[in-house]
Amino acid sequence: MRAYIIRRILLIIPTLILVSMIVFLTVRLIPGSLIDQLAGEMVEPGGLTKEEIAQQIREDLGLDAPIYIQYLRWVGVWPDKDGSFSGILEGNLGESLRTRRPILGEIVNKIPISLELGIIAILTGLLIAFPIGIYSAIRQDSIGDYAGRSIAILFMAIPGFWLATMVWVFPSKWWGWSPSPVYIPISEDFIGNLAQFIIPGILMGMVMSGVTMRMTRTMLLEVLRQDYIRTAWSKGLRERVVVVRHALKNAMIPVITIIGLQLPVLIGGTVIMEQIFNLPGMGRYMIDSLGARDYSIISGINVMMATVILLANLLVDLTYAWLDPRIRYR
Amino acid sequence: MAEETTGIYAGQLSIRKPRSFWVDLAVRLVKEKPLGTVGAAIVLILLIVGIFANFIAPYGYQDGFRVTGAVRLAPMSADYWLGADQLGRDVLSRIIYGARISMFVGLGVSVLSTLISGFIGIISGYVGGKTDLIIQRFVDAWMCFPGIFIMITLMALVGPGIIQVIMVLGILYGITGSRTVRSAVIGIKSNVYLEAARAVGAPTRTILWKHVLPNIMAPIIIVFTSRMGAAILAEASISFLGYGIPEPFPSWGGMINQGRRYFNDALHLAIWPGVALSIVVWGINMLGDAIRDLLDPRLRGGLGRYSGTKKKLSKQLTKRLAEHEQAEQPG
Repeated sequence: MRAYIIRRILLIIPTLILVSMIVFLTVRLIPGSLIDQLAGEMVEPGGLTKEEIAQQIREDLGLDAPIYIQYLRWVGVWPDKDGSFSGILEGNLGESLRTRRPILGEIVNKIPISLELGIIAILTGLLIAFPIGIYSAIRQDSIGDYAGRSIAILFMAIPGFWLATMVWVFPSKWWGWSPSPVYIPISEDFIGNLAQFIIPGILMGMVMSGVTMRMTRTMLLEVLRQDYIRTAWSKGLRERVVVVRHALKNAMIPVITIIGLQLPVLIGGTVIMEQIFNLPGMGRYMIDSLGARDYSIISGINVMMATVILLANLLVDLTYAWLDPRIRYR
Repeated sequence: MAEETTGIYAGQLSIRKPRSFWVDLAVRLVKEKPLGTVGAAIVLILLIVGIFANFIAPYGYQDGFRVTGAVRLAPMSADYWLGADQLGRDVLSRIIYGARISMFVGLGVSVLSTLISGFIGIISGYVGGKTDLIIQRFVDAWMCFPGIFIMITLMALVGPGIIQVIMVLGILYGITGSRTVRSAVIGIKSNVYLEAARAVGAPTRTILWKHVLPNIMAPIIIVFTSRMGAAILAEASISFLGYGIPEPFPSWGGMINQGRRYFNDALHLAIWPGVALSIVVWGINMLGDAIRDLLDPRLRGGLGRYSGTKKKLSKQLTKRLAEHEQAEQPG
């Protein structure tokens, strides 16, 4: 197991380097005119001229240095002009082009909001998916199975953003209810905070549950046909024991991977839900920064998100190896 | 038991004309997969509506109240079946033109991403070794970015528009899908026929085109169909956020976003594009699932169905051998 963990962690390093390169080069693709435009928007009467601001932005982005030095500085392995190291490795994601505030601080404030949304979504998703998926498998081709499968397919086809729009639109038209326009911190009003998160969270969970439900059903069906399940039955074990102890344990392994693979989808989903339900999380921050063309924030968020997903995938892989010893020895 | 046996023999003995792969697939789809057939019908309707949008739609997608004569935010009526929007544009006409956008995006992204997936996947899988290791780290890196984040980032860089949407989604899906193609190539790589082809000295290009590609057609078709629904949904999502296809072009996602601002006076604006989107995505998913079931040998049960293909296989084999001999002689 230890050898497997070390190998897996070593494999992450080149991926992380490539991720940082992709993000860096994407930012580098900003057409020059956009910097001029940004400078034009930032001109204040009596302040610096447009050219001076543009020059300032170029210097801030370090655009005067050769591109590989710019990259190494951004990562934090090459000294800046003042001789200090300040890059991602030193925990510095840079600062906003407009507000000049450090990006990391902003992100740290916004992560709990997206995280809360994500946790509610995962919990609801699993709460919907597992019971229906398991029932569908152990009562294959029953009416309940057909109903469950239809629900899964339906959840997969309905666009999340449309469902959210409908959930937002109808109650406000009929009962004058609408989601709170301001964010209520969990420390101030727990119930109010939960009320704010529960609907978008459940909606995201519903959208996610379709895939998990189908995966649970398929895997469980496959496992239920194995010889050791027949053995378990012939030992005279009760159905509950056969399903939970023998079948489910083995069927869950691929399902865990699917849940891990859904993480990018989940994080992507927060963009839309936060936009519709006025939650100031990472997704909202991203949209606002894109609107403001604040590219240093955008690259900061992308690096951050990619790293989170990479680490989560590592965790999924390790869980997988822990659950299924065959993987470690491949 | 007796019935089964006769079934097998009947299947083997029946003399069927060897059908082409696509006809065979279509016949089996209709025979075995009722939901998939409904899905295929929905896809067909999308294609017809998309192609002939300008003949089907009662008004143009840009025609305001001056042309349509509709009141601003007119409700659903006999004249304007799905009502009119804030500029008096006929919603039904816009949804019909929106089908054309969805069709272009769905097909464009599927074609582009399948080409990219096929290219990366075949090279990575067939060459293997260090090349594979390096390519796979690139694929890993791209797969780390959460879907919508990287999509809207790239869209913000390249600017809104249908070509841009197709390029961005096509490249992203193409990179992700290469995994499926790669594992399919690795799966067939150790087969004897590839070894044989190498042994007779067939050039790599010939091996890839004539031996690898035809044998991984099933996963490639699966990648193709599964991308189409996802692409249409993704386009709608990014248009909803305002980074996809710009006004006045009637993207369904954009229409929902516009419509939600007028929900108090005109609910229909946000409802109908979403209904159209859901039906189309459902249909494509159903068709994709059915095709996957029909093509994936692991999911295919029963012996009787192989009767038609065995003959075809031997015919193909003879043909390929002949082609080989031809290819050998001049060189």
